[in-house]
Amino acid sequence: MKRKIALVLALTVLLSFSVYGCGSSDKKSKGGANKSSEAPGKGGKGGKQLVAEIGPNPETIDPALNSAVDGGNMLLFAFDCLLNIDQDGKVISGAAKDYKVSDDGLTWTFHLHDNLKWSDGSELTAEDFVYSWKRMVDPDTAAPYAKTALGMVKGFDEAEKGDPDKLAVSAPDKNTFVVELSHPSVYFDKMAAFAPLSPVNKKTIEENGDAWATKPETYICNGPFYISEWVPNSYIMFKKNPYFRDANKVKLDSIKLLLIEDANSAYAAYQTGEAMMIKDVPTAEIKALRNNKEFHVEPVLGTYYISLNDSLPQFKDPRVRKALSLALDRKYMSETLAEGVYTPAGNFLGTGLSDWDNSPFMDHANGGKPYIDTEDYEGNLKKAKKLMADAGYPDGKGFPTITYSTNDASWHKVFAQYMQEAWKKLGITLKVDVVEWASFTPMRRAGDYEASRNGWVMDYNDPSNMLELFYSDNGNNDSKYKNPEYDAMMDKAAVEADAKTRSGYLHQAEDILMKDAGAIPIAYYNDFYLQSSKIKGAWHSPYGYWYFQYADIED
Amino acid sequence: MLRYVVKRVLLAAITIFLVATITFFLMRMVPGGPFIAEKSISEQAQAALNAKFGLDKPVWVQYKNYMTGALHGDFSLSLKQRGRTVSEIIASKFPISAKLGGLSVLIALAIGIPFGSIAALNRGKWLDQLIMVIATCGIAFPSFVICTVGMYLFGVRLKWLPTFGLTSPLHYILPIFSLAFYPMAYITRLMRSSMLDVLDQDYMRTARSKGLSRSRSLFKHALRNAVLPVVTYVGPMLAYTLTGSFVVEKIFVIPGLGGQFVSSIMTRDYTVIMGTTIFLATLLILMNVVVDIIYKMIDPRIQLK
Repeated sequence: MKRKIALVLALTVLLSFSVYGCGSSDKKSKGGANKSSEAPGKGGKGGKQLVAEIGPNPETIDPALNSAVDGGNMLLFAFDCLLNIDQDGKVISGAAKDYKVSDDGLTWTFHLHDNLKWSDGSELTAEDFVYSWKRMVDPDTAAPYAKTALGMVKGFDEAEKGDPDKLAVSAPDKNTFVVELSHPSVYFDKMAAFAPLSPVNKKTIEENGDAWATKPETYICNGPFYISEWVPNSYIMFKKNPYFRDANKVKLDSIKLLLIEDANSAYAAYQTGEAMMIKDVPTAEIKALRNNKEFHVEPVLGTYYISLNDSLPQFKDPRVRKALSLALDRKYMSETLAEGVYTPAGNFLGTGLSDWDNSPFMDHANGGKPYIDTEDYEGNLKKAKKLMADAGYPDGKGFPTITYSTNDASWHKVFAQYMQEAWKKLGITLKVDVVEWASFTPMRRAGDYEASRNGWVMDYNDPSNMLELFYSDNGNNDSKYKNPEYDAMMDKAAVEADAKTRSGYLHQAEDILMKDAGAIPIAYYNDFYLQSSKIKGAWHSPYGYWYFQYADIED
Repeated sequence: MLRYVVKRVLLAAITIFLVATITFFLMRMVPGGPFIAEKSISEQAQAALNAKFGLDKPVWVQYKNYMTGALHGDFSLSLKQRGRTVSEIIASKFPISAKLGGLSVLIALAIGIPFGSIAALNRGKWLDQLIMVIATCGIAFPSFVICTVGMYLFGVRLKWLPTFGLTSPLHYILPIFSLAFYPMAYITRLMRSSMLDVLDQDYMRTARSKGLSRSRSLFKHALRNAVLPVVTYVGPMLAYTLTGSFVVEKIFVIPGLGGQFVSSIMTRDYTVIMGTTIFLATLLILMNVVVDIIYKMIDPRIQLK
């Protein structure tokens, strides 16, 4: 008898957990259950649906708080900034139909489209932009990109210290939004298209606090899609927003983003047809996918580079830094070690980046030639050996062992092992130190390393975003690079109102940086992804975003 | 019995307090922090974040504030998933992990106990060997191998089963199998060895010589005694399984607590680390108490003190 009671009891405990589980998770996935029975892309009750994987669960989808690329991509679906960026990288109209810049370049006046609406149907006016931009600088919001996005706006410093109303943004009337800058900024149009500066709805934020961006019901937006469901770590469902100003251009009824963290799982979803596009392709599969027409490799604005800690005596001499740089076979690293998903970098600023006239920035750098000839490794190595000898370390004699720090992801360790081999040719011994991610970046920032992996994906398409990293007192100047000449050039560029003149300064800054080997560029980043050829009218931008807003699905 | 329960509850409270305290200070000793990214944010933004979440105060003050809040049931906000409370995260994810875990344990028991018994009764014969080969595989293969092979074979190649999410009953098969395989194998081995022990006991021979049928003696005497080690194992195992597996959840894209637990450690989401640790500790202790009580019910000779 007692045995039976015991068994019943044990089973009840187990079952109650299971049933408790059933109860609540069913409630949440109610909407999802019937949707998944339809094949993706097909018409029917759910309409035209694009199912894609562009990253794992976003930490936040509050425009002001996001700093991740995949989060930024999601914001693009849900929000409509003042301006947008088209397929060719040109700035086009957004919520603002046009804008005017004063002659001194300090006052930007944006004219909004008439009758703009939020996704709940309420009216959106210029006042909403004033609120959103002030919220962005409010220390209480603690927005990571506040300074990047609004640092050039008049009153920013006071606003950031706790008085957001000091920020010089105003709305003289319902459809006019005026921004006053403290110094000219030729790329401010790109800022007006920067996802963190999307308008946010005051009412929902005041009612719900930070939690407004965690629930579909309170997530009011103004873009082509709104969010109808978000099951964290599972999926986000975007539905066509009928109140969007250009809603008739939107052909999809919904976009379902699968929040998959593991590349193998994403690949399985693609193979079974559950996903029509995946961003995370397992690196082991790349070789087999090379000739698949659904496999794409496209540039993103960013560079993989190596930082040497210039504050250490052994790296003070630019000749040593240059030698270390030249001794690396970038072509081999990118094309063989990284399976061709990187592009060998002979410059610091790479593919996809635009110059003042929208032509490729690289075309005008160093007179159109790459700073480092990535095709001539043998020649580079010879130069490297000579530089080491000139610096007083012939065959590496007397040069201390270098410790190279990296975290363990993608090809970091493979590259590190290659570098051990490559620098041995200069007679230098390299010790590799693999550091856990969360400790890695603070260590690098603090200058607590000798040589380290580094990389930067640009926030906006302007060379200054990456060149700034080497300004002496920049918080991201991990290599502790210091050159007054460089700083002066950057200072001049920062306040120059003429785009062409400014571009000249930036080119000169890159010249100085490359001459000093302040950074050792290795490769330009690319996104490599799988996308079904049924998806039409979508594009990938060098920002690392997929534009699915106006895409269509072919049967 | 009442005295026993009161004593256990008091002990549990002290244990949980110690676990929470140790975790709190250990995680602060690990380098890094929650607001870290490849790109550093401006000093002002960093300071604003620290101030917002009280991380600018001395660690002792933070500890005091956290514990005071926790005692009042406020496990505060996640530092990484802005706008979500830790309680909300646990409440939304635990049911999913618990459902999967609970079903897996049921299946592991339903297969492991009979398999182990059958193996013991057929000791040395082919059936015993077959079961032991399966069980050894279950112990030896790590769960990520089972997951990946299962996903590749049944999902990608044969296309019989979906590979991610939990939207239909079919979706449960692969994750449950992956979760249940190890405990099933372990229970089988445990059951086999304890059954062999019991079968050799004098009282078994006595029962048979009294004229009890083979099946009655097995069910009434052998099984009941042999199952005790399994119960001991299942208690803590249940707590771990219910709170989810990082590997299985990551591979099959299941929004459970196991994945959250690990990712919060990697991203130094202090408050989520605290919340999930306290939750797991509580569950573990609770399961041990339940095991003790079940123990007593199965074997009245055991005294709970």
